[in-house]
Amino acid sequence: MVAVVRFPGTLDHDSAARAARAAGSEATYAWYADSELPAGTRAVVLPGGFSYGDHLRPGAIASRAPIMAAVRRHAEAGGLVLGICNGFQVLCEAGLLPGALRPNASLSFVCRQAELEVADTETPFTRKAPATLSIPIKNHDGAWFGDPATARIVLRYKGENPLGAVDAVAGVANAAGNVMGLMPHPEEACDPLLGSTDGLALFRALAAA
Amino acid sequence: MTRVVVTVMPKDGVLDPQGQAVERALRQLGFDEVDGVRIGKRIELDVPAGDAEGTARRMCEQLLANPLIEDFTIKVDG
Repeated sequence: MVAVVRFPGTLDHDSAARAARAAGSEATYAWYADSELPAGTRAVVLPGGFSYGDHLRPGAIASRAPIMAAVRRHAEAGGLVLGICNGFQVLCEAGLLPGALRPNASLSFVCRQAELEVADTETPFTRKAPATLSIPIKNHDGAWFGDPATARIVLRYKGENPLGAVDAVAGVANAAGNVMGLMPHPEEACDPLLGSTDGLALFRALAAA
Repeated sequence: MTRVVVTVMPKDGVLDPQGQAVERALRQLGFDEVDGVRIGKRIELDVPAGDAEGTARRMCEQLLANPLIEDFTIKVDG
């Protein structure tokens, strides 16, 4: 069972749940005000959106919501946690992933397909993933800032660096590899109608948990 | 109640595209002398008198600032 966490202002929970089901798992929702994940949760997705209207800093307020204590326990027990876009911001703000997300260098909302290279094939998320992925980005605050020498970099943008991230980082993991965040939206790349099914690899990893 | 003013600024070395955009706009207006613009935020807190600064500091550390990318200063209005 994949639990998709909903905060006030989360937008992409239905897409994430649909992607989880397309990858072969059951999916349900977890509510931000709850103190426990749904019974039977094997993997957690923090989906995209604008939790709390991006007030203060994107992800800052959501990272202190009650459900995050349960997400932290799940992560510390080795459970898989995938943060997408705003979910990535939440995980960084929670200290579960290294670095922080800053406004895009262009100061523009960037919405386009992004070509990614898998920089780390040893995480549970990327062990069976193709070497390159085509997945869309859609965000305003997606420029990762951190220390690439100490962070576990999982995905990088190929070619140009569309958001101005340090070292063209698109996704990172914690040291253990069971918590991953990325700015691109794999849930929007799970159906041939959308032009790419590369995002399914990440959701299949969740389904296998 | 005591008014506490917290100023949160991006750390040196952290990209501040807002500041850069404003600097360019100032130059376009003829302010050639401008040499650097940084944009942060000002947060006004009303907290009980007493250890107002300590309270504000704990608020900064737990939520108001992200120590990876931001510095903060605290000023207690007398």
